[in-house]
Amino acid sequence: MKRRLAILALAGLTLTGLAGPKPVVVASKPFGESYLLAEMFAQLLEAHGFAVERKLGLGATELAFQALRTDAIDLYPEYTGTGLTAILHESPSADPREAFSRVATEFSRRWGIRWLPPLGFENTYAIAVRKETAERLHLRTLSDLARAAGDLTAGLTPDFIGRPDGLPGIRRAYGIEFKAVRALGPAVKYQALAAGKVDVIDGYATDGFIARYDLTVLQDDRRFFPPYQAAGLVGPRLQREAPAAVLALEELSGRLSEGTMRRLNRRVEVDNEPVPTVAADALAELGLIKQGGPTRGQRDTSAVSRQPSGADRGSLGAYLLAQAPTLARLTLRHLLLVAVSLAAAVLVALPLGLMLEQTRRAAETTIRAVGLLQTIPGIALLAFMIPLIGIGVVPALVALFLYSLYPILRNTYTGVRNADPDAVNAAVAIGMKPTQVLRHVRLPLAAPVIMAGIRTAAVINVGTATLAAFIGAGGLGDPIVAGLSLSDSRMILSGAIPAALLALVVDATLGVVEWAVKADR
Amino acid sequence: MGEALLAAEAVTKRFGQSIALDAATLTIDRSESVALVGESGAGKSTLLRCFNRLIEPESGTVSVRGNDVRSVDPILLRRSIGYVPQESGLLPHWSVLRNVSVVPWLAGNPAAQQLGRDSLSLVGLDPQRFADRRPRELSGGQRQRAALARALAVRPDIVLLDEPFGALDAITRADLQATFRKLQRELGLTAVLVTHDLREAFDLGDRVVVMRAGRVEQAAKPAELLAAPATPYVTELLDRARVRER
Repeated sequence: MKRRLAILALAGLTLTGLAGPKPVVVASKPFGESYLLAEMFAQLLEAHGFAVERKLGLGATELAFQALRTDAIDLYPEYTGTGLTAILHESPSADPREAFSRVATEFSRRWGIRWLPPLGFENTYAIAVRKETAERLHLRTLSDLARAAGDLTAGLTPDFIGRPDGLPGIRRAYGIEFKAVRALGPAVKYQALAAGKVDVIDGYATDGFIARYDLTVLQDDRRFFPPYQAAGLVGPRLQREAPAAVLALEELSGRLSEGTMRRLNRRVEVDNEPVPTVAADALAELGLIKQGGPTRGQRDTSAVSRQPSGADRGSLGAYLLAQAPTLARLTLRHLLLVAVSLAAAVLVALPLGLMLEQTRRAAETTIRAVGLLQTIPGIALLAFMIPLIGIGVVPALVALFLYSLYPILRNTYTGVRNADPDAVNAAVAIGMKPTQVLRHVRLPLAAPVIMAGIRTAAVINVGTATLAAFIGAGGLGDPIVAGLSLSDSRMILSGAIPAALLALVVDATLGVVEWAVKADR
Repeated sequence: MGEALLAAEAVTKRFGQSIALDAATLTIDRSESVALVGESGAGKSTLLRCFNRLIEPESGTVSVRGNDVRSVDPILLRRSIGYVPQESGLLPHWSVLRNVSVVPWLAGNPAAQQLGRDSLSLVGLDPQRFADRRPRELSGGQRQRAALARALAVRPDIVLLDEPFGALDAITRADLQATFRKLQRELGLTAVLVTHDLREAFDLGDRVVVMRAGRVEQAAKPAELLAAPATPYVTELLDRARVRER
């Protein structure tokens, strides 16, 4: 008996040993600088011997923060101004020190989240115009802009339009009233400005594109924009379980100037150099790791790190070919997300539809309630779920499952209810049991309608699954999100084209299934 | 009078506010063919469906083969009684043979297919030609023949027919009526047939039952009905159908 216990204990120890320490989960938000800082954190940790798992390009501030709060991730780069306004919902502070001490105290008190000492640069909002516009209208400061704004169209990110330290703030502080304001995604605003589609955009002080397009950044002469100091944000688990990792991360504090960041961002965003290469070079320059980068690709799960050298500006075809193994893996992951969530939705919605057809009473109400799920934007649904089930594959599956329910449920109910009444009545009259009527009459007669619902759900599902990238679940959304963040259209297409093909293939496959179901056995 | 195989005793059934059967009483003997006639809403189909428990009466007693139907399992009862609806009710995704063999197949009879083939021959559909076809590949008359074959596959002693020939053209209808009358006599079937058509009732029924507002107005052999209509309503019905002028 004692011996048996000993063996059990030994086995337990071995298992724990095999599992090893949990890797440090490093995340970023979906824009170039965030990817770059996260990659630098990751490589720094790897240089100190920590295992790292990358979850780069998480949806937005809300997603990343919720994930950190619930220990679904351990670390991501954030900005003090954002912490103050977007998370604490407080008014921005003009003094950088005051801002930092405020967020550091509050985050620690409320959530046990730690702000590492700032990295050294500020990345505040930068209002930019084309050089030609600046010269023609003699624009140097935001006060100058207030004078000329009535003739100018602004292309601003939805984020900037909404937040108090964005458009509403500069309206109040400077009295700036544009001729028109268009909401533009971060990925397209610089191109829109360069192409003359808009005249003014909001950017970040360290954006590489400012140099690329030779833009003029207007000076914040009334010091309206609050300080946005960049710093690592560390979750409770890592502080508790690996204080040495936290200590290692602090080596980067105070080491990155605005000039350095603008140069690094330019390499990533403009020259399309791979993020890991740029990160490794930067760390080596600072003397934090040895030249050559010790850890490239070790536990590499991000799409970004897989892009080939930016110097390679070959055709899209050549790019896709070079990426084939990666794309195959992402496609498989994508297909798995779709298949599992769709199968679960069929298993739930089909019986539910049949049940509702039997009872009828609550049918319309229930189906409409499920239909309401369809109206929740994907990113919002994901944000709601993070506190409940964290990030990664599981919440992605749950979201896709929820989105798949409605078409299947609606079509099952309608198809079975409208099955040829003559055939159904006769089947009852000749002595079929209710289950036999269902199995031999209602279901086969409803099969084309039910299959149409499943095919609709499948195609929607393939498209929606690209959202999974926002919560680190992988799939073809990875290159799409990363490409959007890094303004790399080939990377975007390398995710979008296989996704479109996958939708066609899935639909065609289900078409064959439908044909088989309809055929007489 | 022979043995009463089907009986309805003061059967009442309401659908919401409207009354479909109002204490209807009717007895049908073994091997007798009875035609139920009357206007729409007179309760003909409702009464028919009480016999195989497609409809449960609110009050009154329905018995089949001497047993109160409430004491019989409805599934087994229905399988033991042939049923032919107006629109064949054949399952569109099944072959004709599978449709015709369905009742013995449901009962787990291993000879179901053979019974189906025999039944097809019986109603004048060549199994060679028709077994593998789909219902939609058949004409209206052929579909009704197949429905009749399905009803007869297990050779039940009772067949219920709900306006079985109503949707057919005159020539096809006459053919099917002849086939039915011949089979009914040869097999000694007890048949209850609902029809709008008084001429059909006279041709196919050993007795004609005139229904009105959920009640049996008169039940009599055709000749007796013609000779002695029990009520002015029956007289009027006969006049309208011009049956007497034949």
